[in-house]
Amino acid sequence: MIERIRDSFGRLLLTVVVALVLSVLPLPTWLSAVRPAFLVITVLYWSIAAPRVGGIGLGFFSGLSLDVFRGAVLGEHALALTAITYVVVREHQKIRLKPSFQQALIMLGALVAYEFILFAIDGWTGHPMTSPLRWIHTLTGALIWPVASAVLDRVRGTR
Amino acid sequence: MAAYGAGNYRASQGRGPAPGFSFFLYALLAIVLMALDRRGGYLVQVRYYLSAAAYPLQLAVSSPAQAWHWTQDSLIARETLETQNAELLKQNRDLSMKLMRLDALTRENAELRGLRQTLPAVADHWMPAEVVDVELSNLRQRLLINRGAHNGVFRGQAVMDNYGLLGQTIRVGPWSSEVILISDPEHAVPVEIARTGVHTTATGTSDPDSLILPDLPANADVKPGDLLLTSGLGGVFPQGYPVARIAEVRHDAAQTAQFRATPLAHLNALHEVTLVWFDDTHPAAPTRLKDGSSTTGNPALQKQPSPPLELLPLPTLPRLTAGRPAGQDHQ
Repeated sequence: MIERIRDSFGRLLLTVVVALVLSVLPLPTWLSAVRPAFLVITVLYWSIAAPRVGGIGLGFFSGLSLDVFRGAVLGEHALALTAITYVVVREHQKIRLKPSFQQALIMLGALVAYEFILFAIDGWTGHPMTSPLRWIHTLTGALIWPVASAVLDRVRGTR
Repeated sequence: MAAYGAGNYRASQGRGPAPGFSFFLYALLAIVLMALDRRGGYLVQVRYYLSAAAYPLQLAVSSPAQAWHWTQDSLIARETLETQNAELLKQNRDLSMKLMRLDALTRENAELRGLRQTLPAVADHWMPAEVVDVELSNLRQRLLINRGAHNGVFRGQAVMDNYGLLGQTIRVGPWSSEVILISDPEHAVPVEIARTGVHTTATGTSDPDSLILPDLPANADVKPGDLLLTSGLGGVFPQGYPVARIAEVRHDAAQTAQFRATPLAHLNALHEVTLVWFDDTHPAAPTRLKDGSSTTGNPALQKQPSPPLELLPLPTLPRLTAGRPAGQDHQ
């Protein structure tokens, strides 16, 4: 059991680092507007598939790394990601059994909640610049969920 | 079941904290972090080390683009180089001619002001920096450059390119700094309209090609083509550096007006920028806030001391020595 967790943890770390790189990769403006939140999706995947390996701590530290790269305030992404990770970890057994399409819808909800928390914190901390473009990534994120979860399933080593 | 063995939550309940508890802990930690980061900058030191940790990844991520530029540069055809060289020579001649005139003008200016000696240029020295990462999103307009506290960069330092003002450093790490561009919606530059001497501020719009002047009254004397210079207020930029040119004045039915300006700096195509140090004693230098404790405005943009760090001696820098007496230029 312990060894299995350790093995999964190595794979988890690998996917998280790759997702972080994809998240901070410099892209042209129009492309970065539609870029899905790869790291968030990866964290959600692990929260559903293996909540014992990553869990809420994974959400927090992934969010913190996003804060270091892109955050207006340290702790902003950390709080948003912790919150949605908590909900998904709590409901992971229900979500796991759903077909891919419904999972994608749940991801859309989670991503919208995530972006809403960021939006609220931006407002409270005095960064009131908002643009409707910030919500686009929730849609693209939900769209790539079936692909992303299939790829991550492969990396995790399940059939 | 076996497939989810490692991750089965129910099977391992009781081993480790419940999700509700760890959620509470982590959420609390995040909120405390936000409060500390927001109020008074308790986390300047933490940010400093975090940015150092993040820098290798940022370098790695930007390396494909850098490699592409490098290959492009090394594959330039000979004719291109020749035309470029001819252009540069011509430009150099033009600039030298202007500089000759500038020397005469500074002397004349000093005489008019009744000063015995001409003042040295307000720019004390400057340092080129390479752009590692560009973030031109709809929310943030930032650059990451490859100079940090080890190069003597401080927070709230003016950054320019060859055409005008670009922005200022907002976070300084050991080897890298984050620059907020004048087009960032959170950034405002105190400017002066060169033709009329009216002071106002130019605010970013998250479009790298336009700034707005929200504080001007509708009947202000502004025409398209007017040059905006830094006014020297605000404590960051010295007086008289070019910022933007008025592009559009639009009056609407409700007796309000919108003033749009185009930045002179090429915010869209940045590979190299210039960090500028100013001579504090110069009359045109920005007024320094001594303790950085000012509470007005955006605290992230207030001048604050760089994190304590035994600075390496500054490398010898090219200096702008217009009118500077010889023998005084050692640091």
